[in-house]
Amino acid sequence: MKVKKVSEFIAFSLFRVISFVVVAILFIILFFIIIRGISVINWEFLTSMPKEGMTAGGIFPAIVGTFYLVIGSMLFAFPIGVLSAIYINEYLKESWFKSFLRTMTNNLAGIPSIVFGLFGMALFVNKLHFGDSIIAGSLTLGLLALPVIIRTTEEALKSVDDSLRIGSYALGATKLQTIQKVVLPIAFPNILTGLILSMGRVSGETAPILFTVAAYFLPRLPTSIFDSTMALPYHLYVLATSGTNMEASRPMAYGTAFVLIAIVLMFNLLANGLRRYFSKKVKMN
Amino acid sequence: MFETPSNQLKICTLKVSKANRKRIEKIVQGVLFSSSTVTSITVIFIIIFLFKEGIGLFSSKPIEPGYFIAVNENNPAKTLSAEQIDLIFNQDITNWSKVGGKNDSILLFTFNNLSTYISEDSLGANLEFMPEKINQFIKSHTGAIAYFPDKYKPAHLQASIISMGNVKVSEFLTHKKWYPTNEPAAILGILPIILGTLWVSLGAILIALPLGLATAIYLAEVADKRLRNILKPLIELLAGIPSVVYGFFGLVVIVPIVQKTFGLAVGETALVGSIILGIMALPTIITIAEDALLTTPKSLKEASLALGASRWQTMRRVIIPYAKSGIAAAIILGIGRAVGETMAVLMVTGNASVIPHSFLQPVRTIPATIAAELGEAPAGGLHYKALFALGIILFIITFGINLVVEIMKNKSPKA
Repeated sequence: MKVKKVSEFIAFSLFRVISFVVVAILFIILFFIIIRGISVINWEFLTSMPKEGMTAGGIFPAIVGTFYLVIGSMLFAFPIGVLSAIYINEYLKESWFKSFLRTMTNNLAGIPSIVFGLFGMALFVNKLHFGDSIIAGSLTLGLLALPVIIRTTEEALKSVDDSLRIGSYALGATKLQTIQKVVLPIAFPNILTGLILSMGRVSGETAPILFTVAAYFLPRLPTSIFDSTMALPYHLYVLATSGTNMEASRPMAYGTAFVLIAIVLMFNLLANGLRRYFSKKVKMN
Repeated sequence: MFETPSNQLKICTLKVSKANRKRIEKIVQGVLFSSSTVTSITVIFIIIFLFKEGIGLFSSKPIEPGYFIAVNENNPAKTLSAEQIDLIFNQDITNWSKVGGKNDSILLFTFNNLSTYISEDSLGANLEFMPEKINQFIKSHTGAIAYFPDKYKPAHLQASIISMGNVKVSEFLTHKKWYPTNEPAAILGILPIILGTLWVSLGAILIALPLGLATAIYLAEVADKRLRNILKPLIELLAGIPSVVYGFFGLVVIVPIVQKTFGLAVGETALVGSIILGIMALPTIITIAEDALLTTPKSLKEASLALGASRWQTMRRVIIPYAKSGIAAAIILGIGRAVGETMAVLMVTGNASVIPHSFLQPVRTIPATIAAELGEAPAGGLHYKALFALGIILFIITFGINLVVEIMKNKSPKA
């Protein structure tokens, strides 16, 4: 009896320690970037162009570029993703076609981001002659985000109780009316959460934009969607690995990493907060 | 709770007649259907484009396009492999007898040593006499091998053009050297890159697996609900950190530590890649393994506890065996994540395309190779095609992993 208790105690303590180590790794990475980066952050860093071989000045064009890419990719991926999830979840009955669509969505989600980069380059940049452009990058990133949006939207739709749908039909509403007035309003907060999460994902992706949009050094703002642009993740990569003067550009790299992490975390925390806020609200009703 | 998303929609639907409404429903359904096919079309397009750009590699010759290699007409060596050509031009082979020719020493004749044989004046102001001079030179030197752009190819060539076989799939997969920009012949062997990818990914799993499983078990079975609600979102946050930030962290923190600890000349090694990838694979493994553990039916657990087993015994003998296919799925997906990861690996593994012998060596992975080299490879060229061929291999690996997981998911018991 005692042996049983002791071995249980040892095992559970070990699991507890390991779990805390895992969480500690997260905090070490975050704090390292935050502490090194925060001293670099000031108004000038956020709003001016990079100068002197990227060892001075700011990262304004990279911030703006990432902003454009996030907006651009969502303009494409969000409507298609939500419509697609509505079709799969509300219209399709269990059939080979439905499981085929699911499998394809899962497969798309599992494709490495660098392959998206290859594809985006072959299709958008070369075949459609967009060149290295915001539109090529946005479409590539949009395809990457599509499975995430479909999955979260599907989850959101599934969480709507079937009795509500049946009630709506009983009142004479059509399928479309039911989706529009019953299902979507309830699922909306969770769909929104998915949107925000995928914005976070997209803003940090580097590999898909390497060959579709990202400029190594372009100290001006893009003027059209066919213009290439700097972007935060690629800028961090450039600063960390191939600056002309690595020591001098290190502070810039810490600052960029800080801004990038701040943006990504902001999206993640916003999504979490929204989820919590809405789940409370629904319960109160 | 039942607010409409927009009032306009409400007004619209109120106005339309019944017949119109039917039509609208049809149209909407059409739009929804087309949207749902986008992911499938994308997957198919990805396959088509990867193959379209990459498969051409195996119908092209490993020589720089627009160049020719020629030897004396009487030279019996008329077919050379890329590697033989490389050895000849590096002067590692200096006699024709080693590559199937006569016993005659090899005489290189290229742009680099042109001036030692022919005076620049005799070539003409615009090199217009160049083809003729090349022709003469090859004719008069039995051991000569010439390498020049096609535009200087003599109209009436009195020499044999070396024919090279196309790049073969088997050579591409098994050759031990990766010199894609080598002149005059590119050497395309991806074995070191594939092995590098495997080493780094397996190392990552060795690190992530014990940590991930222990955490999953702790979260699913041991931790009380309040603690779990704090830890779980934090671990999910770990998944949200962009890979380039992991790479940066690895570069400035872990690389120097590894370098000092093992007294290495360079710290960018497979080990650092594995550590960073291991950390990055943690959230995937934890989330999926935990989900699998949670599917164990309560009745099974309670039956075990009722028989007098401790929680730890129940866990070992009931819960973990029950969830084993889910745990296996977690491991495989973790490997999949590690195999496909690009930026972090690119930044910390040193990118040397040599066959790895230890974890303390720089290695290079498939995604890192693509990311590092595609920018410099001219579109449509041999190097470009080779990188797309690498993309095909990466795609096949990850696609296979996803299929396996999908099959396992369908087989695993449902709660």
